[in-house]
This record gives sequence, C-alpha cells and structure tokens, in this order.
Amino acid sequence: MASEAGQQHPLGVYYKVWILLFVVSLFSYLVDFFEVQGGMRWTLVILFMLIKAGFIVAIFMHVVWERVALVFTILAPPAVLLLLIGLMSVEGLYTEETRFVYRGHDREARALTPAEVHGGGGEHAEEAAH
Amino acid sequence: MSEAAVTANNPARGMDGLVDDWSADKQAYHVPWGKAMMWLFLVSDTFIFTCFLVGYLNVRLTTTAPWPAQSEIFALSFGGDPIPLILIALMTFVLISSSGTMALAVNFGYRKDKTKTFWLICATAAFGATFVGMQAFEWSKLIFEEGIRPWGNPFGAAQFGSVFFMVTGFHGLHVSAGVIYLLWVAFRVKRGYYDKKGYEIVEIAGLYWHFVDLVWVFIFAFFYLL
Repeated sequence: MASEAGQQHPLGVYYKVWILLFVVSLFSYLVDFFEVQGGMRWTLVILFMLIKAGFIVAIFMHVVWERVALVFTILAPPAVLLLLIGLMSVEGLYTEETRFVYRGHDREARALTPAEVHGGGGEHAEEAAH
Repeated sequence: MSEAAVTANNPARGMDGLVDDWSADKQAYHVPWGKAMMWLFLVSDTFIFTCFLVGYLNVRLTTTAPWPAQSEIFALSFGGDPIPLILIALMTFVLISSSGTMALAVNFGYRKDKTKTFWLICATAAFGATFVGMQAFEWSKLIFEEGIRPWGNPFGAAQFGSVFFMVTGFHGLHVSAGVIYLLWVAFRVKRGYYDKKGYEIVEIAGLYWHFVDLVWVFIFAFFYLL
C-alpha cells in the first residue's frame, strides 16, 4: 500500500477476477444470443457492464487499495459526467419527439437486416456480397 | 515588498513564485509521480470517451431513422448460418485475456521476476495486436461487404457509420499505441532497466492497458449490445 512497496497482492485475487470477467462477458453475450429484448435487455447489459467495469477498476487497477485522496481524484471528476448523460438524455428524447410530432417522421420505421439488403440469407448473403 | 527576504509568510512573486508554489514541500498523493500523472491522463481520457459516447447517445435518441440491427450486421458465418455478434464476442475475450496477463505482469514485476514479467507483457501486447487485427478485419468487412460509410449505409440511420468508425477507431488507436508502449516497457524490463528505477513503470503501463479494456467494456455494451 505504501508507495515504496508498490501494489503487491496475492496472485489468487487476479485469477478470480480474471475468471469472473470471462464469465460475466459470456453472460452479456448470451443476452444478445438469446435475443432478450426491452427493459430486461437494458437491465442485464448495464448490470454486467458495471460489474465488469467495477472489478477492472477496483482490482486490476488497484483502486480499492489506494489512499482516499487518489481515489477521489480518480472517481469524483467522472461522476460529473453522469449529469451530462442525464441532461443529454432528456434533450435527446425531446428532440426526437418534436421530430415525430412536427416533422411527421415515421414512428414505425424499421431497419433493414443484411439478409434483406443482400437478398436471401445465410450462404446466399455471402454470394451476393462477392 | 520586493526587497524583503522570501519567507513562508512572504512568498516569491512572478515566475519564481510559480516554481515555489508547485515545488513546495507538500504532497497530496503518496504514489510515484508517474502513476499520479498516468491517472490524470486516464481521467482526461475518460472525458474524451464519454463525450464520444454521449454524442452517440444524443444521435441515437434524436435520429428518427431506424438504427441498424448491430446483432446481425456484426454476425459472422463459419460455413453455416451466421452467428450473431460472434466476432465482437471473440474480440472481447481477447481483450480480457490481455488484461489478465497484464495484471500478472505487474505482480511479477514487483517480485522482480524479469523473465516472467517480460513474457507476460509480450503476451499482453500479442493479445492487443490480435485485437487490432480482428478490428481491421471487422472494418474491412463492414466497408467492402456491407457498404457502411461514415455518411450512410444500406440498413438504416446514416449516423450509424460515423459513430461506429469514430468510437471504435479511437479505441483501436488506443490499443495500437498501447501495444507499442507495452513492447517498449517489456524490452526495458528484459534489459534490467527497472532494477534501479523500480518496477512501478510496469504498473503504470498496466493502468493504461486496463483502461483500454475498461473503455471496451462500455463500447461493447452501448454500441454493440444495446
């Protein structure tokens, strides 16, 4: 913990976090693989993201063992960004709504999939691309 | 004022004062200066990446054109049906592997085990280079096969391309710079350069590398999954 000794910790904690990161990443991938949609998708993806980010910062970047003066320097300024995210969300939703209401943009518009763009799916999509 | 002796109660003015103030016998952070500076850089980098992601948030919310389905655009086929998002999942696993080897390298660095530290940093750099290679493959697939451009694409909202190339490009640049930085540190470890200087440098390089992994965690969630 002192600066002379550096950050020296048992190897086991790194192996455990490493495995945990793999498992949680797999979970996030499975959310997409099993096509979980809507509020559940947002909740799960953001939950897994925060778990991963938390362990990387706390253990791999040693923040949990640092002195509070440094920890506050690292974590307090980015906390302000939450305000920016909040403000831009409100602003963005408002702008979108005005475009639907006053500019007559289509609420039901749907994106095309690669299969539709290239005509057919699977191997046909591959052939069409060449 | 000017003829009085410079004391604690009567500090020097002008440039001398500037130097005195910043070099005074005060210390806030009990870590090597290089580590404090790396953290300062990473905090500023956090702001840059957050600006990109908030810009993406705003574009995504305000765009009434439908956002392209990432899951299918980033699908990859190994002979059979395309597997959704598989390349991105593999890239994530490569980057997490590199973060693990880096954490071990820092640990063995402090144990002054030069051989293990050298090889673990080299492994980290190799994983990093693999990641950049996979990203190059991903970009070329998107540009040449799917026809995605910064100004438009055949699937939906035109802004998809500009956000994609900007955010992943800037991250890829960080990974590439990190690989060069790590190799430089690795060879200095091997030559015993840090025996006198101390192995904090390995930890500082590690902080940068873990940060790159950290940014990818957020890009993976917000750009690819949501």
